[in-house]
Amino acid sequence: MKRVKTALNDGHDLFNGGYSVREAPPRPGANQFSRAVWNKQTAQKAGFFLLFMCILLTLLFLGSIVYFIFAGGGKVLTWGFLTQWPRNAMTEGGIFPALLGTFYLTLGAIIAALPLGLACAIYLCEYTPGNLALNAIRIGINNLAGVPSVVFGLFGLAVFVKFFGFGVSVLSGSLTLGILILPGIISASQEALIAVPNSLREASLALGATQWQTIRKIVLPQALPGILTGVILSVGRAAGETAPILFTAAAFYTRRYPDSPFSEVMALPYHIYALMTEGTHPRQQTTIAYGSALVLLILVLFISGTAVFIRQRQRSING
Amino acid sequence: MNKIISKERVYAAVFAVLAFACLFFLAGITLVLFKEGLPLFGKIGLGDFLFGSRWYPTHEDAEYGILSLLTGSLWVTTGAMLVCLPLGIGSALYINEIAGDRQKAVLKPLVEILAGIPSIVFGFFGMVIVAPFLQKLLHLPTGLCAFTASLILGIMAVPAICSLSEDALSYVPASYREASLALGATRWETLIKVVLPAAGSGISTAAILGISRIMGETMTVLMVSGGAAIIPHSFFQPVRPLTSTIAAEMGETAVGSMHYHALFAIALVLFTLTFIFNIAAEILSRRYRIKLGLQR
Repeated sequence: MKRVKTALNDGHDLFNGGYSVREAPPRPGANQFSRAVWNKQTAQKAGFFLLFMCILLTLLFLGSIVYFIFAGGGKVLTWGFLTQWPRNAMTEGGIFPALLGTFYLTLGAIIAALPLGLACAIYLCEYTPGNLALNAIRIGINNLAGVPSVVFGLFGLAVFVKFFGFGVSVLSGSLTLGILILPGIISASQEALIAVPNSLREASLALGATQWQTIRKIVLPQALPGILTGVILSVGRAAGETAPILFTAAAFYTRRYPDSPFSEVMALPYHIYALMTEGTHPRQQTTIAYGSALVLLILVLFISGTAVFIRQRQRSING
Repeated sequence: MNKIISKERVYAAVFAVLAFACLFFLAGITLVLFKEGLPLFGKIGLGDFLFGSRWYPTHEDAEYGILSLLTGSLWVTTGAMLVCLPLGIGSALYINEIAGDRQKAVLKPLVEILAGIPSIVFGFFGMVIVAPFLQKLLHLPTGLCAFTASLILGIMAVPAICSLSEDALSYVPASYREASLALGATRWETLIKVVLPAAGSGISTAAILGISRIMGETMTVLMVSGGAAIIPHSFFQPVRPLTSTIAAEMGETAVGSMHYHALFAIALVLFTLTFIFNIAAEILSRRYRIKLGLQR
């Protein structure tokens, strides 16, 4: 079966009804059979070309975004831009507080979501509850993953900011982002746990280890790279989200470093939005926004690149 | 021994509680949206809210009709689907069916990485580059319109649609393809007449999840859709979808005011719509798995 697959992928024409795609088209007036074959081959060529154009167009579009952000933000990006505070009503200086704020928010979100998400995945995979519970939790998580990000923002506003009285703060923002990334962490951890071979669990249990010992000493270490990938991808997601922190954490400008979980912060994605929609110096602000967008883009691409790299390597090790 | 067993039970119970706690968030969101959204309907009827075309929440004689916002969402989502469905599914077909191993090893991770570009970056790109470009190219009064928003949103959703459809395609058993090729069909015929129908409901799931995501997308539409609360007559008019209305107005609203409740009511509508789409996707994907005889 494997051989068949590679033969197909390598573009051999072994299974092409015996007729090579690369064969020259028959002359006009050739018999009907070969004309039918020729038509089929033309259709195939046209079809493959169309699909190729789809992926080419996609990569071209996405590539051009990366290109334009790099071209526009490259001039602004210096060491000082990363380490200085904004000056002169956001028209000069750097984005340091926004970077710091995004770091705190993301860290908080992971701290909030990881234990809960991992526990949920362990329950689903290792303690395998009955079908009813399993389906209820799965459908719940899938739906949570589909909730629009701005609705998370409203939830955070109503519950964390107002009801619990945390105010517009790092804490409220982190918790809101935490709920947002929870489904992603659960499904990545679940996938990692499922990939651990059952024979390992059975061997451990047969040696007299309890289920908890098996999970802690055998299953979790094996699943660690997969879980890590999920966590890293979630970091990228949390760092780039804007809508959930709009009303729960972000401020256009703060004078001081955030010194407690209850202080409001600047955040990189919100900084871009605010620079484009508020303030009084659109031109200079756009330049800074370019720089901020570039930093965010590099950050997020680097993070998701790392995760994808780890996953790719893990897959090739597992075969 | 008894001690060990009871300890194990405690662990199992703790994990069960934590797992169900995850469900509470969904319940909590639903509850909050109802609690904060329903007070609006003490003042205006559900019909006036959904089908009233005048959205003037800050006027003295405030009106809360969201028809224009709903149509705005509808236009932008439809436009975006027209962009992302062909591109996303086409790309998935190329990666899964045509690309060789080496191409696949590059394309798949590349698409996954590009899926991580945050929506704010798309919004920024649309605002600074695409909108002025389209305005000049098509001689529009403003580049910030439903068309631009659809275009950007559509491109943004391609990697997600591509990954989801690719998953669906990879579940199609190799025996289907082999049988078709053995009967003398070309690879193209196999792809169109065997693989695509077999993966049909899986790809539909991807499309529905895509609709739900595009509809819920906030920052991009907030920045590029123009923000005019009117019922659009063409793709080149500015619109104000549901999500951007919430994001733009919640910051300036007093908590507990009628406007605040109206925004929660909009969120409730949005939540209901995406919920319906997600459940539909869930049902479809279950059917797909059964059809192909997959356990998971």
